[in-house]
Amino acid sequence: MEKVKISYNLNGRDYESYIDPRLSLTDLLRGDEHKHTSVKKGCEVGECGACTVIIDGETYNSCIYLAIWADGKHIRTLEGLTNPDGTLTDLQQAFVDEAAIQCGFCTPGFLMSSVALLEKNRRFSDDEIRKLLSGNMCRCTGYENIIRAVRKTMENRLDGKKEE
Amino acid sequence: MYDISAIYEAKSVSDAVSLRVEHPDAVIIAGGSDVLIKIREGKLSGAELISIYKLDELRGVSMDDDGTIRILPLTSFSHITANPILREHMLVLCEAADKVGGPQIRNIGTIGGNISNGVTSADTASTLHAWDAEVELTGPDGVRRITLREYQVGAGRVDLRPGELLTAILIKKENYEGYFGHYIKYSMRSAMDIATLGCSVNVKLSADKTVFEDVRVAFGVAAPTAIRSHSAELAAKGKPVCEETFMACADAALNDVTPRTSWRATKEFRLQLVHELTLRALRESVRLAGGVL
Repeated sequence: MEKVKISYNLNGRDYESYIDPRLSLTDLLRGDEHKHTSVKKGCEVGECGACTVIIDGETYNSCIYLAIWADGKHIRTLEGLTNPDGTLTDLQQAFVDEAAIQCGFCTPGFLMSSVALLEKNRRFSDDEIRKLLSGNMCRCTGYENIIRAVRKTMENRLDGKKEE
Repeated sequence: MYDISAIYEAKSVSDAVSLRVEHPDAVIIAGGSDVLIKIREGKLSGAELISIYKLDELRGVSMDDDGTIRILPLTSFSHITANPILREHMLVLCEAADKVGGPQIRNIGTIGGNISNGVTSADTASTLHAWDAEVELTGPDGVRRITLREYQVGAGRVDLRPGELLTAILIKKENYEGYFGHYIKYSMRSAMDIATLGCSVNVKLSADKTVFEDVRVAFGVAAPTAIRSHSAELAAKGKPVCEETFMACADAALNDVTPRTSWRATKEFRLQLVHELTLRALRESVRLAGGVL
């Protein structure tokens, strides 16, 4: 199929790509050009959230988002999440500290959903956190540790604390 | 990679209409949270698509000069929920949209897609039905306006003629002013699930809040499409606001529904839900309208 040119910003850098219009955004991000393999192929039908990315500030399942729609958009993935010096952000460190990770497959998706949640700069209740993370599935942790990690980061940020 | 034979990206509404005329077999894709899944599952594999997703002119909610609320079809569920006009006048639609799927689905899924799939479980379809919504369809011969009831032809089918595109969902001022509503989605999980049964009710009470001036009752998954129960509405309209009226309304609702047994639930359970959810949604609507229970 004839390739289509798209221009987009990925993790702060501008790109122009000639892509097959049948590609999903997951395909584009994981493909040879970017190799952003944090974007997991889980269910590929928009149920598990393992492929979650942030587009113009909102979370999307990149598996059910056509890559051609990324034209003109700002996309963020886990690859753009770490601090400039390569260290983990407070959110990532909280996931480690709270053992919010077991196999790790769902983690990038959970982190991106959590980033969008935390950027609202609001104090959410546990129920609200659960609802905002309800598009991501984890088959290992039972969710409790993930919610604890997100809540801890939220509280630390809102209370202006760097570390406990 | 999706199994798509061709994809045409519309540059404007008129371009979309021309593409529809040129490619009559092509499927319209808005947010894609249904179409792409059907392609993945093989039900629509090899399809030709007309993508309207990038048409920002079809996004947003506004109010016409005569007070009609105009919802553009590509408005995502999360933007419906957050919209100030809707929160002020039709809060129940914001709540219904907030019950669809999960956060990511609510960011990609569109209200126009929800009602154009003709799916009975669509959370916003029953609620819009309960508000006497109309739809505006733009085609090669111009614009026509029909009721949502007329639009929903049957299970999975809507009255979209060759070349046509849904370009607005309209709620007239007289159909929302003074009305208060509540939507209940009964599902096995509170996220990422579709309704076992949906019930959307809205009421307009008399000035002293003791009489039902108007009552509208709609259901999803109680028939092949989202439906209104006129028996239930007649049983409550003009009647005093009290438990006897609520019960008469819920009893009457059973006359108009034809739920089926599916893997989600039996017909009998759905009938029970029709009755119970009508009672609960009615009580909550009365409470929101300032009535005394």
